[in-house]
Amino acid sequence: MTDLSHLIPQAQADFAASANMNELEIAKAKYLGKTGLLTDALKGLGKLSNEERPAAGAAINVVKQAVEAALISRREALLNAEQAKQLAQESIDVSLPARAQSTGGLHPVTLTLQRIEQLFHSIGFEVATGPEIETDFYNFTALNIPEDHPARAMHDTFYIDEANVLRTHTSPVQIRYMENALKTHKTPPLKIIAPGRVYRVDSDATHSPMFHQVEGLWVDEDISFANLKGVVQDFLQKFFERDDLTVRFRPSFFPFTEPSAEMDMSWNGGWLEIGGCGMVHPEVFKHVNIDSEKYRGFAFGLGVERLTMLRYGVNDLRHFFNNDLRFLSQFK
Amino acid sequence: MQFSENWLRSLVGTDLDSQALSHALTMAGLEVEDMQPVAAPFTKVVVAKIVSVEKHPDADRLQVCSVDVGLAQPIQIVCGAANARAGLIAPCALVGAQLPGIDIKQAKVRGVESFGMMCSSKELGLTTEATGLLELDSLAPVGQDIRQYLDLDDHLLTLKLTPNRSDCLSLTGIARDVAAITGAATCFEEIKSVPSDTADRLNAVVAEQQACPRYCGRLITGVNAKVSTPAWMVKRLERSGLRSINVLVDVTNYVLLALGQPMHAFDASKLSGDIIVRFAQENENLRLLNEQEVSLKSDDLVIADGNGAIALAGIMGGQSTSVDEASTAVFLESAYFSPTVIAGKARRLGLSTDSSYRFERGVDFANTRLALEYATQLIKQLCGGKAGEVTECLGVLPNRLPVKLRLSRLVSVLGIPFAEDKVAQLLSQLGFTYTLEQSVFTVLPPSYRFDISIEEDLIEEIARLHGYDHIPAQAPVATLSMLEAPEARAHQAVLRDSLVAAGYQELVNYSFVDEAWETDLLANPRPIKLKNPIASNLSVMRSSLWGGLLDSLVYNLNRKQDRAMLFELGASYHYATAQQTSFTETRRIAGLAYGSAKPEQWAAAGDDVDFFEIKAHVDALLSDASALLPVSYEKAEHSALHPGQTARILIDGKAIGWLGKLHPKWQQHYSLTKSTFLFELDVDAILNRPIPAYQEVSKLLPVRRDLAVVVDENMPVSAMMAAINKAAIPMLMDVALFDIYQGQGVAENKKSLALSVLMHDTQKTLTDSDADSVMANLLQLLQNECNATLRN
Repeated sequence: MTDLSHLIPQAQADFAASANMNELEIAKAKYLGKTGLLTDALKGLGKLSNEERPAAGAAINVVKQAVEAALISRREALLNAEQAKQLAQESIDVSLPARAQSTGGLHPVTLTLQRIEQLFHSIGFEVATGPEIETDFYNFTALNIPEDHPARAMHDTFYIDEANVLRTHTSPVQIRYMENALKTHKTPPLKIIAPGRVYRVDSDATHSPMFHQVEGLWVDEDISFANLKGVVQDFLQKFFERDDLTVRFRPSFFPFTEPSAEMDMSWNGGWLEIGGCGMVHPEVFKHVNIDSEKYRGFAFGLGVERLTMLRYGVNDLRHFFNNDLRFLSQFK
Repeated sequence: MQFSENWLRSLVGTDLDSQALSHALTMAGLEVEDMQPVAAPFTKVVVAKIVSVEKHPDADRLQVCSVDVGLAQPIQIVCGAANARAGLIAPCALVGAQLPGIDIKQAKVRGVESFGMMCSSKELGLTTEATGLLELDSLAPVGQDIRQYLDLDDHLLTLKLTPNRSDCLSLTGIARDVAAITGAATCFEEIKSVPSDTADRLNAVVAEQQACPRYCGRLITGVNAKVSTPAWMVKRLERSGLRSINVLVDVTNYVLLALGQPMHAFDASKLSGDIIVRFAQENENLRLLNEQEVSLKSDDLVIADGNGAIALAGIMGGQSTSVDEASTAVFLESAYFSPTVIAGKARRLGLSTDSSYRFERGVDFANTRLALEYATQLIKQLCGGKAGEVTECLGVLPNRLPVKLRLSRLVSVLGIPFAEDKVAQLLSQLGFTYTLEQSVFTVLPPSYRFDISIEEDLIEEIARLHGYDHIPAQAPVATLSMLEAPEARAHQAVLRDSLVAAGYQELVNYSFVDEAWETDLLANPRPIKLKNPIASNLSVMRSSLWGGLLDSLVYNLNRKQDRAMLFELGASYHYATAQQTSFTETRRIAGLAYGSAKPEQWAAAGDDVDFFEIKAHVDALLSDASALLPVSYEKAEHSALHPGQTARILIDGKAIGWLGKLHPKWQQHYSLTKSTFLFELDVDAILNRPIPAYQEVSKLLPVRRDLAVVVDENMPVSAMMAAINKAAIPMLMDVALFDIYQGQGVAENKKSLALSVLMHDTQKTLTDSDADSVMANLLQLLQNECNATLRN
C-alpha cells in the first residue's frame, strides 16, 4: 500500500489555489469526489487482505481527515472573504441626511395657551369657552358696564350691529359660566380659565386688532385678594420657571371687579404690565344670582401674546399674525 | 390729565421727591403715565439786561454787548443774535455754565473777549427751534437765576386716570388724594365769595332740574378783556396742555384745572332774554365754538336764550355768544349737570371736551358756586369790572347715602388683618366722615366722590391707601376634588398633535377677512359684516379658515418658500337664523398642502402632494380623534374645490368636513403654480369617540382568499365597501382593496378591483367549503349591488 500522506500538502496547495467556491468544489472532487484520489484509495482497500486492511484504512483516513480539514478551513476562509466583500459593497455614508419628512410645529401662542391650561389644570381649573361674537349685554352690561359708561370708551369695540360686538375681553365667559353653573345646580367652588381670541379696534406696532386673553375665575367661600395675588404669582413663577419672579398689584378700575388691580411682573429689574384683575364685583354676582355675602371670587385677565413675547424673547407683536414660516418654524 | 408738579406742590406739603411722588401716585391708583422735566438740566444762567451794544470790529454779524447780569460791573459778551439790542432782557449763561450740549468758557470771538453767552430758548433746551434770544418781560429781575425766574425746576406729570376717579380731574382733587395717600396736609387758598358791586343779574330758568340740579351764573360788566393773561396763569395753563386764548377764556380754563369745575363765559352783550336750560328740539341747530354745526336730538341738553340754543350744556359753548378780546360784559356760568345726561352725547357728535369729560364722570356739585366766586375774583382782579348778583337755580342734588364698612368683611375680602384704628385713620386721611359702632363704620362719602356707594368701594379705598404692595401673595386654602376626565371626548390638542406629526405648521389668522374670499371663494351670499372694520380687506367674519390659509401660503411663497403644509384651529362664524340677528360659531380645523410631498432631498423623489396623500393625513387625524368610528368620503361639490377632486367627509354617516383640490380658477387667481389641497373639519363633531369595548379574540386563524372583480369605472369603492359592511355576510371578517387596474384585458370604462378577503369563525376552523360559500355570497352581493363581474 502506497503512502498517501503526500496528498495532504498537495490538496492544501490545490485548495489554497482555489479562488472561489466553484474552484474549491473542483479541487475537492479531485481528492474526495466519486473518482477522487482518496475515494479511489478507499475503494482499493477491498483488494487488501484482512490483515492489511485496518492499518491501510486507518492511514487513508488520517490523510482523508487532514484533507477534509483543509477543505473546511479553505471553505470558511472563502466564505469569510465573500461576506467581507459583500459587506464592503453594502457600506453607506452614514453621515448623509436622513430621508426627510416635513416637520410641523405649533404656533407660539398655542404653546403658551397649552402651558397656561396645564398649569391651571394642575390646581383644578377647568377650561371654559364662550362666543367671540358676543352680545352687548354679556360683553358690557352684565359686567357692570352700562351703556354710555365712560369705561366703554376704554374698549375700542368692533360692532356687528346694535346688539352684537366682537368681544373685547374674555370676561363675558365668566358670566356665561356662572349663569350656566347656576342652571345646572353646580355650586361654588367654581374655578375656570377661559382662553380665547379678543378684539379691539386698534392696530399698530404694539396693538393687534385681534389678540388672545386668558380669563381666570375662582369663586369660593373664603377667597381673598391676597389669594389672587398668590395664585397669579405662583402661575408666573411656574410659567417662566423662575422662583424669583414677583407680582405687583397697582390699584386700577374695572367695573366688574372691586378692588381692581393692574398686574405687573418683575422683569429684568423693572416692572411689566401683564394684565388686570380684581375681586368679582357684587353687581356681577347679582347678575348671575350668586350670593355675594356668602361667596367671594377673584378674576384676572392675562395677555397671552405678552407672555409669549417674554417667554421666547419675541420683540414684535406683528410676527404672531404674519404667519411667516421662518418665524413660526422656530417654535416646536 | 397733564399738570405741573410745582402747581401741585403749592397745594399739598409733601416732602417726597419727584420720583417718589410719582411712584406714590401710581401705586395709589393715579397712574403717572409720563413725567418730563420742564427744562433739561443746566446751571449758571441768569436774567440779564443788555446795557449797550457795539458792532464787532471784525465781524459784520456779531455785536459786542455790555450786559448787566446783576454784578457790580456789566460784563462783555459777543453775541450773534439778530434781536440783541440795548435794553433787551434775556437769559445769559455765565462763564462756567453747563448748558444742554455746551459748557460756557471765557473765550475770544474773532479777537474780542466774551465772558458768557446770551441764550435763546433752544440753547436752554426749552424748545427745539428758536429765532433769536429769548425775550423776557421788561420787569424781570436782573441777576435772578433763570430757572427760578421761569420756574423751570418743574415736571410735567401726565395721569392716566381711570373713569371712576373724576375727583382727580383737577389740581385740588389730586392734591387732596396726595394728602390722603401720604398723610401730608393740603394748603388750599380759601375762596371767598365776591360781594356784588351792582344789582345786575340775568334771570335763569332751569326747565330740566333733574338734568341740571344746580345752575349758577353771574354778570360781570365793564371788564377789560384786552389785558394779557398774567405769565403765572399762562404758565400753569400751558403746563397743563392748554393754550392761552384770551384772558376771559383763560380764567374759565384755569378754574377748570384748579377746581375741576367746567365753566363757560358768554358775551353778555350777545345774549337776549332769560337763560334757559332745556332739552334741544329735535334737529335744532347750533354752531359750536369750534365752528362745527351740529344738529341736536331731543335728549341733548342745551343752554338757550331768547334766540335759541347758545351752548351744548356741559360740552361746548356756541359760536354766537362767545367772548373775545372786545367783550366788555360776561355772563359766567357754573353748573352741575347730571352725568347720565351728558354721558355719550359728546361722543355722538364726535366731540370730547375737557368739560364733557368731567361732567360725564361726575363734577363736585358742592363746588358749583365756589367756582363761580373764584372765577369772579380772578376776572375782577385781572380785567376789572363790576360783579352783579349771583343767579342760582337749585334743584335736588345727588344724595350721598351712608355706606357701611364691616371690619370683618374688609379683612376677609383683602385676606389680611386690619385694626379698627388703622381703618379709622385711613378714612380720616381720605376726608370721609364716619361713625363707628361694633366694628362697623358708617361712612358718608363726600360730594366729589362719585365712586363710593357700596362696601366694596370703601374696601378698595382702604386697600389702596394701605398699599396693594403691603398685601402679601398668599396661596388659597381650598377643598380639593378631582376634575372630570371624560374618556369619550378627545382633547383638541390631539388634533394639533396629529397634524404637527404629519408635518403641518400651525398658523393663527385673523377672524375677519376680505369680503371677496367669502362671497367668491366660499360662495357665501351673506357674510357677517363688521360695522367698523379696521381695514376694508378685514371687513367680514370668516365662514371658513381656507381664505387665511391661502393668504398665508401666498405670503410665504413670496418669501421664497416652495412648499408648505399649514393648518389652523379656530372658529368660523355664521348667521344662526335668516333674520341675521343671532350667530353660531363652529370650531374648525383646516389644513393646506402645496408643493412637493416631502422636502427637497437626495433620498426621495420630489413628487407633489396629491389627493390621497392629504387624505391619509385626514384619516390619521380622524383616527387620533374619533378613534373607532367609521369614516367615509363622498364625492361632492364645493365652490372652492376642483369638481372632480372634492370629497365630503362623513363620520358615522354625518357630514363633518371637506377635502379636495383647490379649483384651478382659484389656483390661477392666487398665481399658484402647483396644485393646492385643502381640508376643513368640524372640531366638535370629531372629538367624540367610543370608549373601547372588548370583543372575544378568536383563537382560530383567519383564512385569506383573493377576489378580482370588474366594475364600472365610476363605481366609488367606498360605496362598494359600504355595501359589504352593510350585508354582514357570516364569517366574513374583512375585505380590503389591494389593487386597481384599468387597461389591457379590462373593458373600456371598467376597472378591475383586487380584493383580499379575510374569513374566520370564532368557534371552529373554516373548511374549504365554508370559505367557498363565503366567497360565493360575496360575489353574489357585488354582482347585485355593484353590477360587478368576476374577472377572468
